[in-house]
Amino acid sequence: MTADRPTITSRWSRLLAALALVLLPAIFVAPPATASIDETPCEPDKETACIAVLVLNADNDRISDVVVTVAGGDFSAELTTPADGPATVAAPTVGRYTVTIDPATLPADQLLPQGAETELTVTAQSGGTARAAFRVGPGVEAPSTPTAGSGTTGDTPADGTTVEDGEGVGAAPEGDASKRALTFAQVWQQMGSGLRFGLLLALASIGLNLVFGTTGLSNFAHGEQFALGAAVGFITINQMGMSIWVGGLLTLAICAFTGLAQDSAIWRPLRKRNVPVMQLMIVSIGLSITLQYVIQLMIGGGSERILSRNPQPLKLAGITLSTASWLSMVVALVCVLGIAWFLTRTRIGRATRAVSDNPALASATGIDPDKIIRIVWVMATGFAALAGLMWGVSFGSFNWQLGVQLLLLMFAAVTLGGLGTALGAFVGSLLIGQVVELSNLFIPSDLRYASALVILILVLLFRPQGILGRRERIG
Amino acid sequence: MEEFLRILTQSAGEILAPTTAAYAMAAIGLNLHFGYTGLLNMGQAGFMLLGAYGFGITLTTGGSFWLALLVAIAAGVLFAIILGMPTLQLRGDYLAIVTISAAEIVRWFGRSTLWQQWTGGASGLQGRFYKEPFQELSFLPDGRFALGPFEYINTGSDSWWTRIVAWGLVALVVLFVWLITRSPWGRVLKGIREDEDAVRALGKNVYAYKLQALVLGGAIGALGGVIFALPAAIVPDSMGRTMTFFVWTILLLGGAATVFGPVLGSMIFFAAYMFMRTGMRALAENTGVGDFITTTNVEQIGGMLVGVTLMLLVIFRPQGIFGNKKELAFNVR
Repeated sequence: MTADRPTITSRWSRLLAALALVLLPAIFVAPPATASIDETPCEPDKETACIAVLVLNADNDRISDVVVTVAGGDFSAELTTPADGPATVAAPTVGRYTVTIDPATLPADQLLPQGAETELTVTAQSGGTARAAFRVGPGVEAPSTPTAGSGTTGDTPADGTTVEDGEGVGAAPEGDASKRALTFAQVWQQMGSGLRFGLLLALASIGLNLVFGTTGLSNFAHGEQFALGAAVGFITINQMGMSIWVGGLLTLAICAFTGLAQDSAIWRPLRKRNVPVMQLMIVSIGLSITLQYVIQLMIGGGSERILSRNPQPLKLAGITLSTASWLSMVVALVCVLGIAWFLTRTRIGRATRAVSDNPALASATGIDPDKIIRIVWVMATGFAALAGLMWGVSFGSFNWQLGVQLLLLMFAAVTLGGLGTALGAFVGSLLIGQVVELSNLFIPSDLRYASALVILILVLLFRPQGILGRRERIG
Repeated sequence: MEEFLRILTQSAGEILAPTTAAYAMAAIGLNLHFGYTGLLNMGQAGFMLLGAYGFGITLTTGGSFWLALLVAIAAGVLFAIILGMPTLQLRGDYLAIVTISAAEIVRWFGRSTLWQQWTGGASGLQGRFYKEPFQELSFLPDGRFALGPFEYINTGSDSWWTRIVAWGLVALVVLFVWLITRSPWGRVLKGIREDEDAVRALGKNVYAYKLQALVLGGAIGALGGVIFALPAAIVPDSMGRTMTFFVWTILLLGGAATVFGPVLGSMIFFAAYMFMRTGMRALAENTGVGDFITTTNVEQIGGMLVGVTLMLLVIFRPQGIFGNKKELAFNVR
């Protein structure tokens, strides 16, 4: 597996180095990074959450010298709106904050309309600015609807900065890198993020590939198993307040049990009835829709976070990621190596590979395929949940759509690596991770997942069996 | 009782709603793919979205209604060719994975800021930018018309004119599909569904037939997208995977490989879906059920029930309500 990794990475870095040279002049004209001191406006980066408060009149003009209070938990700050921008403050932790306006400090001709709220609630998220805008003065609709914007670009008042949209997986804490000049450090940083993405994707997609290998089923509900890990983790760790280890283990146990239950309630009876694989695939689509809405019932429609405190940055080898991310990467790598050891060195692992090669022959040699497939389902759902949980922890926020978006990337990864081979899933995932994070440097970040899917289609065009797959599998 | 009547009327209104026609149209296209040829197209919403964009963008840039219709169909045809060329020689689930991914790519590009001036980005194209040429074609007099409890304006978004055009198109396409599936060409498609190798042994170019079926079904799907856009706006996020899965549920409910299955499936699906949601909402608002099911949960429970329905259908009655079990494409590859 390590054989073709370095060559491809070096090809990438050569390409990037060339691009860096082309873009070199741009670096010199790039403005110097602004240091973030308390007096200067809060600049959101991937570790900082900002809250901005605006007081506007009917003509969208800013009103200065209004006192507002931002409070949440045991944090409280009193701010005065400056003339040239919103009053900002860095939130100590992510989460909900209440912004209160002091109507007594408003200018006499710009009073709060009758019946308007003096309090707004915003949700601070790292990497973004949560905005609260009060509308005052004559000409504002009587029971004015003060807008509390958080993660929504729609209601941002006319102002240069926009808020990072909460849509999409993980909400890209790095922001839209394509707008910045390209330096080697950024490429290196993106490659680090790509490794994180790839390792978590690998952990999730190995299960998808094992299920495909042993049963022939392209399981469309696998993405939801991934999202279920994040969702159950959110409930146990964030809402029920368990420690991350207890909550994490409980999450794993619950999700692995869903695999066991699924196999005995749905997949095993269907196998016994010799239901064709295509029919099973559509059953898995039905299951995916069902689980998607179950997850929505569990966590609601918005973005949620598993850990509510701000992540601690940790710089290793020139790459800054949160400590939780580094830990997740280590756990994912250990698990992937563990699965590799399991498949090649243990009796059950070898039996798994035998079933995936030829179920009839395997059962003739005394292996019980049903038992093996049960183990595979438990492993697949368990590791998918672990990956989802760690995804939620290291990428910050997630929403109920996480599953299907990741599912397509997992399909891209296993197709690229080779459908049905465990090693292929690993190699393919690492590559897809790099593609997604590096393409962030060149194309708008809302299109970065599209790049991985374009690769999927190209692979099918030129090498449908994938990098490590065998020709006969594609039929 | 009055409340119950209101719910019933509202559900019955769904039977002739333009959206129902749009889904019926998309399901007819999917029926050509899956029911007759055995192709697993999991990206029908992508065809619909492209059709809607082709229609909407042509009209906003000043094209005529008929040109817009042609552009929409051309978009579906092109998409089908691009998808079909690399995948139709591979096993069925590759086509499924590629089509679902391609549909997502279309949606992501649509909602991206990249082509915002054309597509309107995530908030989409508002109906008022493209509806006028369509409504100018109406020959109905101004005013409203009531047929029993169903009263709509004659010409407008949610109007009789939209309904007449939508269901007229559906009727034309049903007739077309009925004719071509009875033709020698249609019999080859069914042959491919039953046994691809046997058809190949008879000297037919299976790949070309599959591509033709994909193109034809895709073009019908694009027309479905146009109908979907007529009464509403073109918002990429409302035309994603969920839409594809609903189209599949409709097709399997009505019965794959039948002429009227998709149409009746769509009518039954939307009437039942509306009945279930308004019913649950009424129960939640007026009775003790509200303690367990809040009105915000109704949509999610509705979606869950669609998923469960799809699973149960495929397991216990894969031929659907009107289908014939012998004519089922699941057994190939």
